[in-house]
Parts: sequence; structure tokens; C-alpha cells
Amino acid sequence: MSAAKTFRVLPGFNLTLGYTLGYLSLIVLIPLAAVFLKTAELSFGEFWNVVTAPRVVASYKLSFGMSLLAAAINAVFGLMLAWALVRYTFPGKKLIDALVDLPFALPTAVAGISLTALYAKNGWLGQYLDVLGIQVAFKPLGVLVALVFIGLPFVVRTVQPILEDLDTELEEAATSLGARRWQTFRHVILPILLPALMTGFALAFARAVGEYGSVIFIAGNIPMVSEITPLMIITKLEQYDYTGATAIATVMLILSFILLLVINGLQAWTAKRTGRDR
Amino acid sequence: MAAATTMHLGGDQAARFESRAATRETPLVKWLILGTALSFFAVFLLMPLIAVFVEALRKGWETYATALVDPDALSALRLTLLAAAIALPLNLVFGVSAAWAIAKFEFRGKHFLITLIDLPFSVSPVIAGLIYVLVFGAQGWFGPWLSEHDIKIIFAVPGIVLATVFVTFPFIARELIPLMQAQGKEEEEAAIVLGANGLQTFWHVTLPNIKWGLLYGVILTNARAMGEFGAVSVVSGHIRGETNTLPLHVEILYNEYQFAAAFAVASLLALLALVTLGIKTWVEHRAAAAWRNSQDDAS
Repeated sequence: MSAAKTFRVLPGFNLTLGYTLGYLSLIVLIPLAAVFLKTAELSFGEFWNVVTAPRVVASYKLSFGMSLLAAAINAVFGLMLAWALVRYTFPGKKLIDALVDLPFALPTAVAGISLTALYAKNGWLGQYLDVLGIQVAFKPLGVLVALVFIGLPFVVRTVQPILEDLDTELEEAATSLGARRWQTFRHVILPILLPALMTGFALAFARAVGEYGSVIFIAGNIPMVSEITPLMIITKLEQYDYTGATAIATVMLILSFILLLVINGLQAWTAKRTGRDR
Repeated sequence: MAAATTMHLGGDQAARFESRAATRETPLVKWLILGTALSFFAVFLLMPLIAVFVEALRKGWETYATALVDPDALSALRLTLLAAAIALPLNLVFGVSAAWAIAKFEFRGKHFLITLIDLPFSVSPVIAGLIYVLVFGAQGWFGPWLSEHDIKIIFAVPGIVLATVFVTFPFIARELIPLMQAQGKEEEEAAIVLGANGLQTFWHVTLPNIKWGLLYGVILTNARAMGEFGAVSVVSGHIRGETNTLPLHVEILYNEYQFAAAFAVASLLALLALVTLGIKTWVEHRAAAAWRNSQDDAS
């Protein structure tokens, strides 16, 4: 350790770190700082008026509510999917495993128009839901569907490696001590999975709150009803209200930073609980 | 933040769990879990994917082909390729550089630096576009200076490239940092001690060790760069034939009720996604094989 500080065998430390910091500052840090500096031009009263305007508050409720719900749905079904992929043999498994990452690879606008076509009144799924009196496209429920789509891989891909590393001995011990299968899951497996599951939940939530492309096509974008917060930023920008757009962006950025800290904490917890590197 | 985007090397473990009574569910529970999971997969992932191609071909091959060779579509394709072709090497150099500094040396604030590199992942794409409007837009910091010198960044190609660089910023770095940390620095140190210079060491020692991770990061970067919508939408200005990328072109066609054409262009992007997933799976497969070989050599 001390030798590394005084004498480094490998070259390039100053060059690579300097380049890293310079590029990071130019592309990310300085432009992001612009958001806060622009917002600082507003008095606190003005800022507060912008970010608590009824239409904006309605967008927070929709964005956060639906993002939480989507992350929760993904936590449940993503865990089941990860479980099936790790523990069961079934035909087409490799293909399904690869396709789980589709929401990462499929451009969000493509996902958006495709989901809208599926859930429109005459769509493959929409026509049956319509009979049941459920409307998805152009309603808040449409936002939920899009957010479930983009969040799914986050849960599956954080839980899956932990499931793969699980020792069979733990479950054998629990069984031999008389635990039923459900008890083993509830008291032995779930506590091990919990940090990863919560990390996946938080990642899916963080992604969902900021998501734009896949949502705007299916949401209908009705003021007070189905407008997401990122759309409010776009709306303000289209009206050349740059300070208004920036004020809302500030609220979202602060939330993102908090989520980033939470996620880092959760990942550290996962690493500690399972002995895995994150 | 990157846990979900880093390479996944686990092989198929099902046999290990299915062979023991203690790690098996009763058949009923198993089929219930499997059935629910696969239905969820089919409804939320498979159907949207298939719908793209079905909708694209709804009006026949001719409409499909016409939509793809439309001059606006072709210029959107060119811009998409250009943005990716600039963003990719920039973030590649950054990723390698950041990973070298972080993985091979000890310094204070390393974890904080990694968190900062992750930032673009946790920022909404809309905000990614907004920040460049604030810096380079007409009312932005450099707005007056830029218009004086007749340089356009926002509502022009440079803005689109910048937004693309931002949204793909962490991918390669985040792939390489854990990989190079796990590999340590003994091999590189040996090469240096034996008289190789820094570049030779990187080229002949480090690069062969990280090639799969590097390729993985490049594929993810490329997919995101070509598919980005929100960030690019903010800085584009939507000028047809000039500042439209393929995803933006899809939006315009869709909003003009040219659904078949919109889905035709979308199917091109969906194909790109499928190719991306194919290469990604192949890279994971190769990387897992390479990793097993190195474990065998070690033991």
C-alpha cells in the first residue's frame, strides 16, 4: 500500500486520471451544474410556485405513483422470472434469458408505439381489456404498462446472479430440520435475496421516474391526468420557459441523487450479505 | 447503478437445483411459478417485440420498403450512424482511461469518482438534453457567443452528438472497472519490469484480458446511442432531413398517423436490438468460456 503511494510501477496514472476528470467535467458535471445555476436565478418563492403548480404536482403523483407500482410489480414477477431461469429447465430458456434484456436494447420510442398498438381499443390486448371495461392506452394505466416494460430487466438481472450463487446446502439443512418448502423460502432464501431484490426495485424505480420515450406515446398526455414529470419539462421548454423547465429538472435531479445514494447503499449491503463484488 | 448492465457469466444451474429434493418445489408450485413467469414475459416483452414487425408489415412489403428508402428515413439513418460513430470512440477512450486509473491505482475519492461516472444513468434523458440547451442554447451560457460566430449546437447535429455522448457515457467504463479491478495489476507490472513501455503493456497484456468486457460495453453503448429518444428529442429541433435521428423519425411518422411507415422504421431499430442481444449473449458465452479456462490454468 505505502509503496504504491510513493512509487508506482505502472505508468499513465496522471494522464488517465486527468483525462477522466476533464472529460467527466466537460460532458457531465459542468452541464449538470448549469441546472442548479439556472435555478438559482429564481427566488425561492418563484421556484416554489413553479414546482408546486397544480399541473406539476399532478405529474409528480402520476410519475412517482406509477413508478413505485411498476417497480413493485417487477419485483414480484421479476423474482419469479429469475427463479424460473435459474432453477428450472424448460424449452426456449436460453432465448428467453437473452430476451429479458430487450428493454435495454429496444429504443424507447419503438417500445412506446408498440405498446400503444397492443393496448389501443382495437389492439391485440386492448380489445379484450375493452370488453372487461379496462382502458389502458391514453390513460394513467398506460403509463404503468410502459414503466413495467422498461423496469423488468433491472430486477431480473440483479436477483439472478444471487440466486445462481446460492448454496444448495442451506436449503438442505432447512429441510432436514423440518422446514416446509415455503418456510425455507420465507426464512432462508428470501433474506439472502432481499438486498438484491431491493436494489432491483430501486433501479427499476429510478429508471421509471425519468423515463420519457416509452411513456409519452401510450400516456395520452392529458393535463392533470396522464402527464409525467419529464413531459412537464418538455412542455415548458416548448413554451421557451427555460427557468420553469429547469426548476422542475432540479426537483427531479435531487430525487435522482438521493436514489443514487440509496442504490449505492443497497449494493454495498448486497455485497456484504452475499460476499459478492457488485 | 450499473449492476443490471454489467456482464453476466453464470452458466445454467438448473440441474444443480432440480436434482435435489430439498431445492425443488412440488410440481404444482413449480408449474405455477413457471407459468406465471412465462406469461408475464410473453405479455410484457414478447408481444411488444412481435407487434413491431406485424404492424410494420400490415400494409404489405411494398409500403414497408417505401418507408425505409424514403429520403427522410435515409437521412435519419445517416445521422443516427454518425452520432453513434462519434459517441462510441469518445466514450471508449474515456472508459479505458477511467478504468485504468481506477483499477490499477489507489487514490482518495475513488468510490466518489465511480458514483460520478454513474450519474448519467440516473438522470432522466429529458434532463440530459436540457443541460446542453442551458449551456449552448440561444439563452444559454455560450448562446450569444455561438450565434455571434454563427455556430449552431442546439437544434443541430453537434447537440445530438453531445446528448448521445451523455446518455452512453458510463457504459464502457462501468463494464471495464470491475473487470480490471478483479484482474489486478501483477501481469502489467511484470511486463513493465521486463522492459515494455506503457502502450505495449496495455496492448499486449491488458487488452487481451479485457477484450470481451470491452466488446460488451461497446455493444451496449452502440445500442443506446442509436436508440436514444428523450435526450436527442430535446436538442434536435426536429428538422426533417437535417436533425432527425431514426427514433425521432419514428415519432414524426407516428404523429402524422403514418403508422405502417412508423412501424417499418421502428422494425429496423427492433432488428438492431435483436442483433445487439444476439452479440451480447455470444460475448457472455465467450467471456464465460475464457474465464473458466483461466480458472483451470490457475488450478
